[in-house]
Amino acid sequence: MSERDMEMESDHETGDSAPGESDEHDGASVAIQVRNYLVGLGLATVLTAASFWAAGTGLIYGPGIPVALIALAVAQMGIHLVFFLHITTGPDNSNNVLALAFGVLIVGLVLIGTIWIMNHLDHNLMPMGEMMRMQR
Amino acid sequence: MSPLHPVEMGQISPIFGKLNWDSIPFDEPLPLVSSAVVAIAILSILGWVWKKGLFPYLWKEWITSVDHKRIGVMYCVLAAVMLLRGFSDALLMRSQQAIAYMNPGYLPPDHYDQIFSAHGTIMIFFVAMTFMIGLMNFALPLQLGVRDVAFPTLNSVSFWLTASGALLLNISLVVGEFAKTGWVVYPPLSELRFSPGVGVDYYLWAIQISGVGTLLSGVNLVTTILKMRAPGMGYTRMPMFCWTSLAANLLIVAAFPILTATLAMLTLDRYLGFHFFTNEAGGNQMMFVNLIWAWGHPEVYILILPAFGIFSEVVSTFSGKPLFGYRSMIAATMVICILSFMVWLHHFFTMGAGADVNGFFGITTMIIAVPTGVKVFNWLFTMYGGRIRFTSMMLWSLGFMVTFVIGGMTGVLLAVPPADFVLHNSLFLVAHFHNVVIGGVLFGAFAGLTYWWPKAFGFTLDERWGKRAFWFWIVGFYVAFMPLYVLGLMGMTRRLGHYDVAAWHPWLIAAAVGAVLIAIGIACQIVMIYVSIRDRERLADTSGDPWDGRTLEWITTSPPPPFNFAVLPNVQGEEAYWDIKSRALEKKQLSDRPEYEHFEMPHNSPTGIVTAFFATVMGFALIWHIWWMVILGFLGAWATFVVFAWRDEAEYEVPAEEARRRDAERRRAKAILLGLPEDSVA
Repeated sequence: MSERDMEMESDHETGDSAPGESDEHDGASVAIQVRNYLVGLGLATVLTAASFWAAGTGLIYGPGIPVALIALAVAQMGIHLVFFLHITTGPDNSNNVLALAFGVLIVGLVLIGTIWIMNHLDHNLMPMGEMMRMQR
Repeated sequence: MSPLHPVEMGQISPIFGKLNWDSIPFDEPLPLVSSAVVAIAILSILGWVWKKGLFPYLWKEWITSVDHKRIGVMYCVLAAVMLLRGFSDALLMRSQQAIAYMNPGYLPPDHYDQIFSAHGTIMIFFVAMTFMIGLMNFALPLQLGVRDVAFPTLNSVSFWLTASGALLLNISLVVGEFAKTGWVVYPPLSELRFSPGVGVDYYLWAIQISGVGTLLSGVNLVTTILKMRAPGMGYTRMPMFCWTSLAANLLIVAAFPILTATLAMLTLDRYLGFHFFTNEAGGNQMMFVNLIWAWGHPEVYILILPAFGIFSEVVSTFSGKPLFGYRSMIAATMVICILSFMVWLHHFFTMGAGADVNGFFGITTMIIAVPTGVKVFNWLFTMYGGRIRFTSMMLWSLGFMVTFVIGGMTGVLLAVPPADFVLHNSLFLVAHFHNVVIGGVLFGAFAGLTYWWPKAFGFTLDERWGKRAFWFWIVGFYVAFMPLYVLGLMGMTRRLGHYDVAAWHPWLIAAAVGAVLIAIGIACQIVMIYVSIRDRERLADTSGDPWDGRTLEWITTSPPPPFNFAVLPNVQGEEAYWDIKSRALEKKQLSDRPEYEHFEMPHNSPTGIVTAFFATVMGFALIWHIWWMVILGFLGAWATFVVFAWRDEAEYEVPAEEARRRDAERRRAKAILLGLPEDSVA
C-alpha cells in the first residue's frame, strides 16, 4: 500500500502528462516512431512464426512443447506492451504501469480462482465408477 | 436473414421479427393499467413542457449538455424515477405475500416471477448504480477543483446509454415480457429451452447497453481522478469521496468486462445455438454462476464504496472536525478494492465445492469485514469530541452506521459455510442484502442528495420533511426486513408466490406494513422536494457554503458557473477549502485576487442522445429478431460517432473578463459569509 502510495506521490510531483501528450516533449520524430512500430511488428511476427514452428516440429522434446509455447506467448505479451502500448519504466508512466499491474492482478485472481473452483465442484459427488456400480 | 432455431422460435416475420399483437399482454390488466397511467403521466408532462415552450431550453441546456453537473443531476433523476418503479414492484410482492396464505393471491406466478426479476435488476442497475454514478459525476470534478471530467462528451454518451437500458427494461412491461429467472438469470433456466420468450433477451440487451455506459463512465472517472486535479492536490490530499470513487471506478473497469463477456456467452447460447451454459453438449451452467459472481461481488463494493465516501464527507462536515484516520481510511478503501475480487464464491457455497475452497472463500469474506470495521470506527472517532449538528444528512449517516453494522454481522454469519448451507436461498439472505443495500447504498444516496442539492440548485432541501422521510424510512426498513430474518430462520425460501405455513403469515403481514411505512417515507421525500422548490427563496444558499464545508466544492458559488472555477484553486493541505477559509478569517481578508485568464470549455453535443436512440432501436430489434432494424440501429450509432469524430469546433472560449465577473460574485458572497470587508484587497 505505502509503496504504491509513494509511487503515486512521486508521480504527481514530476508532473505527469495525459496519454498522447508525452510524444511531444521527448522529441521523437515521426520517423523514429514508425521505426519503433516496425521493430515491434517484426518481433511479434517472428514470435508468432516461432510458435507455429514449435507446435509442429519434431526437434523439441514432446512434453516440452507447451512450455516453449508459454514462453513464446509471454515474450509476445512483452513485445506488445513495450512497442504498441508504450509501457516503460519512465517516471511519467507510473499510472500505466499501475493500471497494468492492477489488471494483471485481477485477471490472475479471477483465472486462478475460477480454475480452482471449477475443478472442485464435483468434490461432494461420488466417483463415477462407484456410482455406476450402485446403479447396477 | 433466416432464424436459427425455427422450431423453438416459432413464426418469424422478415419485417416484424417475433413481434405481433400477441406480444402485448391484453389479458393482464395490471401491467397494462399501470403502464397506461405512466404513459398518461409522461404525456401530460411533455404536454406541459410543450405548452410552456421549454423544449428548446431542455434540449440546449440539459439533453445535449456535456456539463458534468447537469449529467450528474440527470443520472439522479433517472435513478429516482426507477426507484419509484422498483419500489412499486416491491409493494406488489409484499402485498402478494401478505395475502397469499392458503390461496394463490392476486398475482399469477408468471407475473410474480417477472416482478421479482425486474425489481432486482432495476434496483441494482438503474437505482443504486445510477444514483452513485450521478453523485460521483456531480461532485468529483468540484471536489478535485477542476472544470469538467476528462471526456465530457463521452460522459453524456454514458448517461444516455444507461437511460437507453432503463427504457428497454420498461418497454418490456407493455411489449412482450421480462425475465422470469431472477435478477442474475442463472442458466439453464435462462436458456432458450426453458425461457423461450423474449424476457431474458430484454434483460440481456438492457444490461449490455447500459453496461457499456457504465464501463465508459468508469474509464472517464478514473482518468479524471488520476489525471485532472487542482494544482497541489496530491493523492493524499484528495477528499475521501474521491478516494472511494477512485476505488469504485477501478472496480467498474475491472469487473464490468466480466459481466459483458458472461452475458455475451449466454446471448450466443440463446441466439446462435452455442452451448456455453446449456445442460447438453458439454455446457456447464456452473461456469455462469462462477463468472456472474466474479462480477457480482465487486459490484456490491462498486455500490457501497461511493456511499462510504459520502458518509465520510457528511460525518466530517457536521462534526466540525477533519476525518479521523484519513490515511487508514484510504488503506481500508484500497484493501476492499483488492479483496472484493477474492470472495465471490460465497455466493455459491452450496454448489458443490469441497471444504478447502469453501473454507478459503469463507475466510476471505470474513477478512473483508475488517477494513469495513476500520471505517466504522473512523466515523465514530470523527464524531467523538466534535460539535455535531443533527441535520437530516447526519441522521442518514447515523442510521447507516447502526443498520450497516447489523447487516455486516449477518453477512459475516452467512460467510460461515456451514451456516450458509442452512440459510442459503432463504429470506435470511434477502434480509441481509437489503439490510446492507438499503442501509448502506440508499441511505448514502439520500445523504449525498441532501448534501449536494444546494450546490446543484442554489437552495437547500427542507429539513423538516427530510427528517420525517428519514424516520419513516428507517422505521419502515426495520419493520419490513427484520421479520424476513425470522422467516429465513423458520425456513421460508425466497421468491415464493404463495405458501401454506400458518406461522409465516403474521411475519409477512408485518413486512408488508414496513413496506407501507417506507412508501410514506418516499412520499415525504416527494413532498420535501415540492416544499423546497416552493420555498426556494427561504432556503436559498447565497454563500455557496451552506454546511460550513471543508472540501473544494464549497468554495465556488451555488450553483457553480458552467466552468466551476474561474481560476483553479491552489491546494495546500488535506482540507483545501477549510484551510483557505481559516486563513481568510485569520488575516481578516480574502486571498489576493488572482490573474484571470481565458480558457476553453467543451461545446454541448447531441452525440449522447442520438447514439442512445440508435442503441435503443438496435436493442429492441435484437430482442425481437428484427434483423434489418438491427443493422439500421448499428449503422446509426456508428455514423453518430463518425460525425462526432469529424467535428470542426470542439470548444468555446470563456474570456478572462467573464471569469473575472463570475469570480467577483463569488468573492462578494464569501466576504459576506465570513463577515469580512468586501474585497478588502484591490
